[in-house]
Amino acid sequence: MKKTKVIKETLLLIVAIFYLSPIYIMLVNSFKNRQELYENVLAFPKDFSFQYYIAAIEKMNFLSAFGNSLYITVISVIFIVILSSMTAWMLARTNNRISKIIFMTFIATMLIPFQTIMMPLMQEMNWIMKTTGIPMLNTRGGLIFMNIGFNTSMAVFLYHGFIKSIPISLEEAAMIDGASKFSIFWRIIFPMLKPITVTVMILNVISIWNDYLLPSLVLTQKELRTIPLSTFYFFGEFTIQWNQAMAGLVLTIIPVVIFYVFAQKYIIKGIAEGAVK
Amino acid sequence: MSKTKNRFWFALFTFPTIFIFTIVVIIPFISGIYYAFFDWDGIAANAKEFVGFDNFLKLIEDERFRHSAWVTIKFTLLALISVNVLGLTFALIVTSTLRTAKSARTMVFMPNLIGGLILGYIWSFIFSDAFSIIGKVTGFESVFYNWLMSPDYALYAIVLVFTWQMAGYMMIVYIAGIENIPYELMEAAKIDGANYWQRLRKIVLPLLMPSITICLFLTLSFAFKIYDVNLSLTSGGPVNSTEMFALNIYNEIFGYSNYGYGQAKAIVFFLIVAAISLTQVYFTKKREVEM
Repeated sequence: MKKTKVIKETLLLIVAIFYLSPIYIMLVNSFKNRQELYENVLAFPKDFSFQYYIAAIEKMNFLSAFGNSLYITVISVIFIVILSSMTAWMLARTNNRISKIIFMTFIATMLIPFQTIMMPLMQEMNWIMKTTGIPMLNTRGGLIFMNIGFNTSMAVFLYHGFIKSIPISLEEAAMIDGASKFSIFWRIIFPMLKPITVTVMILNVISIWNDYLLPSLVLTQKELRTIPLSTFYFFGEFTIQWNQAMAGLVLTIIPVVIFYVFAQKYIIKGIAEGAVK
Repeated sequence: MSKTKNRFWFALFTFPTIFIFTIVVIIPFISGIYYAFFDWDGIAANAKEFVGFDNFLKLIEDERFRHSAWVTIKFTLLALISVNVLGLTFALIVTSTLRTAKSARTMVFMPNLIGGLILGYIWSFIFSDAFSIIGKVTGFESVFYNWLMSPDYALYAIVLVFTWQMAGYMMIVYIAGIENIPYELMEAAKIDGANYWQRLRKIVLPLLMPSITICLFLTLSFAFKIYDVNLSLTSGGPVNSTEMFALNIYNEIFGYSNYGYGQAKAIVFFLIVAAISLTQVYFTKKREVEM
């Protein structure tokens, strides 16, 4: 009895490790020289030199890409949380036709795939730039603006569902005490939204950090590239030297792994909630 | 007085979101429908020519598009099966009492956090180099060769990578469903002498039907919209054999500069995605009523 259990335990671990074998292949080959790499891709590297990492950091302009990705993700997520929680609260607490229509519009547009609006969106942004001079394209601010637009409907939807489950009596008591709506929201409601705020943040961090298509349309300037963009150009511009390429990919994955290690519990909970919605 | 005050607060709280949302989503969506009825090369100085429904009629006869639609359907069906079989199997294993289950869960979910673009690049190395060596070592050279170079096998390569990416995600959704099954039910069945397979078939799977529906539709919609993995793994090649719907739209608009025609494709794309999601809503709502 005990023995079968041990076998099962090891078997499961082997399956899981095998599942991650692509990560292993990527990792070991980021240290090998050309000859070593072609002798056996699966073998462990003979020595650990970081020369391919240094080359990859330089060619990908990794530090600048990391900074851009971080800046764009953090600012977008902060705005998405603030704006959609406020909007969702108002929509959930005002029971009239207008707020219902607005809410339904938010939900309905969640069906629109990005490819359907990418071209007209770019035309519109071009037009805004030409007529008003506001730099919507080729700026991080413009990309953040569009990230907010694309991600609020899902966030409003999640907040709305959560707020509906909070009893209204608390707010009414504060209202009688003469507090303004602004302070009611920020002092009483927003702290109670913490669990769903974590979910909204996790889902948006993942999708904005990994997004490729929208940034590829908005940002053409080299200095503004995010991590997915610089990876794409890294693979396109240079004839592929696999050891450097693998080192570059390892670099792009490190932030994700760190994030996963620290926020694992919340990520898994957030994914489950976001999927079932 | 209080009414105008309430309106003021309503506007203050909702207007910024609605404003950004209208500019980024609503206006492009509406003007997108408009563009679909024109023939235009995307250059602002050149005139747009109104062609009515011609763009949509052209779709039916477009060989490249028909091939792309067929590949997308084939891919979606294969992915539907592989992602869910693997996801559900993992979920059943990692909800067992094994001590390693928790770390296994953590590891299997990992690939989902890495962006599709980067996953595609990792696997393009594995297919192009690791596979040939595995083939030489094991002797199965007819299986382990560079799939990406073969018009027939490249699609299976995408299915494989997509499965690797999504199985962990679906596993999480299935786990949530499994954990909702009452413990007493399983205990009672065990006492009555039901073995593992009987319990699985008669209790777990029927009670898991809501999760299965959700996962099937989620996979359907994710697979149908696949873009990043398609781009980085094959970029639609070899010779357009794996150019799926989303990539086809992108290439039509920004590659061939057929803005109007590409936009017509994009509208059709939207209609299909919307139909998939609305069917899902219909099924979920229906069951809620029945329960």
